[in-house]
Amino acid sequence: MQFVWNWFRWLYGATGINLTVFYDPFDRARFASGFVMTVELSAVCILLSVVIGVLGAWIQGSRLRVARTVVYWYIQAFRNTPPLVQLYFFYFGLGSLLKGVGGSGPIVSNVTWAIVSLSFFAGAFNVEIFRSGIEAVPRTTIEAAESLGFSRLQTYLRIVFPLAFRISLPALNNNLVNLVKTTTLAYAIAVPEMLYVSSQVWSDELNVPEMMNVLLVCYFLLVGVLVYVMHRWERAIRVPGFGI
Amino acid sequence: MPEASTRPIVVVDDVHQSFGEVEVLKGVSFTVAKGGVVCIIGPSGSGKSTLLRCINGLVPIQRGSIRVASFDVHALRTDKEKIALRKEVSMVFQQYNLFPHKTALQNVMMAPIHVLREKPDEVRARAIALLTKVGLAAKQDAYPGELSGGQQQRVAIARSLAMRPEVMLFDEVTAALDPETVKEVLNTIRGLAQEGMTCILVTHEMRFAREIADEVHFTDGGRIVESAPPAELFDHPKVDRTRAFLSQVL
Repeated sequence: MQFVWNWFRWLYGATGINLTVFYDPFDRARFASGFVMTVELSAVCILLSVVIGVLGAWIQGSRLRVARTVVYWYIQAFRNTPPLVQLYFFYFGLGSLLKGVGGSGPIVSNVTWAIVSLSFFAGAFNVEIFRSGIEAVPRTTIEAAESLGFSRLQTYLRIVFPLAFRISLPALNNNLVNLVKTTTLAYAIAVPEMLYVSSQVWSDELNVPEMMNVLLVCYFLLVGVLVYVMHRWERAIRVPGFGI
Repeated sequence: MPEASTRPIVVVDDVHQSFGEVEVLKGVSFTVAKGGVVCIIGPSGSGKSTLLRCINGLVPIQRGSIRVASFDVHALRTDKEKIALRKEVSMVFQQYNLFPHKTALQNVMMAPIHVLREKPDEVRARAIALLTKVGLAAKQDAYPGELSGGQQQRVAIARSLAMRPEVMLFDEVTAALDPETVKEVLNTIRGLAQEGMTCILVTHEMRFAREIADEVHFTDGGRIVESAPPAELFDHPKVDRTRAFLSQVL
């Protein structure tokens, strides 16, 4: 590894391209921690937003009008406002309200607020994505399950959801890709993710153009991995002769 | 004939059903004996399919009564009660309605395992036997999308039979098939009827109805216009409306 690091040091001397995040141990460590933070933030938010999406879509099909209305307004609220404003609302709005309760420090950390905010943001879209998937399952297929004696829950878990999920996957992929890219907004509330630590690096080292390129490549690879995995998954659960 | 086989297993009495303002069934009555085969014919929109859906409780009725085996279908309210009924009454649909994400064998096995809670090993053996019976043993691992319409419909019949129903309902099961594959499905149904399965068929296959049915009901406008054994109804229809319909389709 040392050889690679030295090569970047040589590159700086020879060309003036200053990639401290490779050859300088301190910058390398903080950039790596930012990368890890972005991956963690993405993974947790993806998981939570999918859970929100599934639950929300399930509630939208419920017989309880109140529950359906709550989900409806949740979607409207999070779809019709910018994610950065949502993040500020959670962190500066709700966060400062909660501050007074316990004592000095904030009860909910900025990282937690970012996770909550981004998960709800992406979750609102996931509800719509899963709902459209559920609606695309033919009524007659559900009727067949009912006429075989499946209960409501069995029909949902064994027939509707597996089909709706397959129908939803391409749209879900899109939204999750957007979610990973939207984690950069956490920069605004000082979550030390990749963009935030990069700004620290370029402020110290004055290598703005280099860091911009590093960022682009890193996000490109990160999202590339996600897209690859999701496509593999899509193919693995593809059903012969079934629509998508 | 033994007495038990002539006692009606399905009794439909003065059934009224409406979707909102539209009255689909306007007082339909008929009975089916155990082991009997009844065909319901008539123009589209006459309420034939709705009638079948009422019999297995998929569609609630507003007036009248439906009795199937020991169930008062019109009085079933909870999902649990309806599920109990559907273990006895199985339905085969025009569009097959197989579960597209399950193989032919899995389609047949699902309901007995999850609804009847039978042991998967036993269900598996029975499912393979049923697929063999409908001539599709070789296709057990194929997905519905890989099967022809006729093959899918035969899997759907096997899927219904796997529940060991008392009564089978067939809703225009050959209407979506090409003429060649119609035959393979009709042969399967003919086999069932000969084994003594109680069958109610909504069909446009007049020759088949004539051959297989004990009794044919001609429906129009939500009512049964004429009921008779097939030879009588097809050769000597008594009502003008029946005559007009038959002259169009025969």
